[in-house]
Amino acid sequence: MNQAAAQDFSYFPGCSMASTAAESNLSMMKACKILGLNLIELEDWNCCGSSSAECLDKNLSLALAARNLSLARPDRPLVVMCPRCLHKLRYTQLLLKNEPKTRRRLEYRWGRAIPPNLEIVHFMEVLVRNGFPDLRAGKVRSLKGLKFAPYYGCTLFRPPILSRRKYYQGEMENILTTLGAQALVGAYTNRCCGSFLSATNPEIVSPLVNEIVGSAVAVGAHCLVTACAMCQLNLEIRCTAEPKIPIFHFSEILALALGATDYEDWFARHLVDPRPLLQELALVA
Amino acid sequence: MNPSISLARDVEPAVVPVRPERFLAEEIKERSGEEVHRCYHCQSCANGCPFVQAMDYTPNAVLRLVQYGMRQEALGCRSIWICVGCHSCSSQCPMAIDLAAIMGALRYLALEEGVPAAEPYILGFHREVVRSIERYGRTHKLGIMLRYKVLTRRWFSDMDVGLKLLAKRKLDFKASRIEAIGEITPFFKPFWEAGK
Repeated sequence: MNQAAAQDFSYFPGCSMASTAAESNLSMMKACKILGLNLIELEDWNCCGSSSAECLDKNLSLALAARNLSLARPDRPLVVMCPRCLHKLRYTQLLLKNEPKTRRRLEYRWGRAIPPNLEIVHFMEVLVRNGFPDLRAGKVRSLKGLKFAPYYGCTLFRPPILSRRKYYQGEMENILTTLGAQALVGAYTNRCCGSFLSATNPEIVSPLVNEIVGSAVAVGAHCLVTACAMCQLNLEIRCTAEPKIPIFHFSEILALALGATDYEDWFARHLVDPRPLLQELALVA
Repeated sequence: MNPSISLARDVEPAVVPVRPERFLAEEIKERSGEEVHRCYHCQSCANGCPFVQAMDYTPNAVLRLVQYGMRQEALGCRSIWICVGCHSCSSQCPMAIDLAAIMGALRYLALEEGVPAAEPYILGFHREVVRSIERYGRTHKLGIMLRYKVLTRRWFSDMDVGLKLLAKRKLDFKASRIEAIGEITPFFKPFWEAGK
């Protein structure tokens, strides 16, 4: 990972990061730029087919994910930030390993190979692997005084099919405490945010979101930091209880600590304005 | 008793139709790889599921329906549509049964057999998402939400949230469309043709 060439990555944003959670994407790109990680967006990527497509049709969702794999260069790790996309792409890779016929059929149709051993990594994994000295060196603002409750959501380590693979619990805490923040335990870290039910049945989701946010308030957290853009949105729009605390995407806090200056654009898109909190901690002007 | 079976004594033993109920557990095993008969109903899944209050059968009760071969009840229940696949149940199951995979297999089966979804709006939402992907290659959230409104006719519910999202520029008016849409469109045809 220390050679310059090893710092090139393919990058799969996914629909959320590219639209509703643009601030998560911008801040992650910023953090990568500061850390010297070159994320190259997969050209003409499509929806990974998770969630709704997966609910309705197995073949369709398989094809959607597989096309993205076929767009990736085999010699570069593919970085994914959205847990759901990550899970879907990894799951599809596993599936195609066991079904060579399906793989060949798809390769023939698109006229491209689907790299069988493509490394698919989560963004946090890249940071952890690169080591914390880099982070310490890049640190501009200390997060000292920021008490956060980590929130991973359900997808990063739950799916049983991937249970013998990488585990992410604790990495967000490791990274952000390196940067000076204080992680609090005791809040819900992996309770489901409601996923698509937030759109169809908000009355089911609101009490659950209130419990999650309430658990963070109860342990004295200033804010929740999520690893998932959809969770971030659901926790913001479906919280009906008071007090509301800011919900950050992990990359926003990371980029802030690394000295990003264009944060105004990200924080203006939050439904719960995080600026008063950050001003109080003297993290932003 | 089924009269066609009693007749079989007098005539040449022909193919005796067997009620498909008997094979439900086997079918689910084939599709999900999970053995439902391992479940002994400790209810860990039911206690852990965040959405259990919105379900008509707890997750283990859905497994019970499958164990008993109660096909109509299992394929027609609300629980399989409420389940979002967060895997709380799967991670808590002492028998390591992947319940979410079973819910998924039941959804596929229900769609294939044309069993009306007990949660038509949730199915409708999924369809709108799929339609959006078919059109653009990616999901266009504003379009999905508007079409979902047309479907449910609940025009004003959730309006405040929608307006807030628009004000915060979180919903793009213009959909982002992929270039090579032709590479994925063929995969949608069998889906709509199957009447899902």
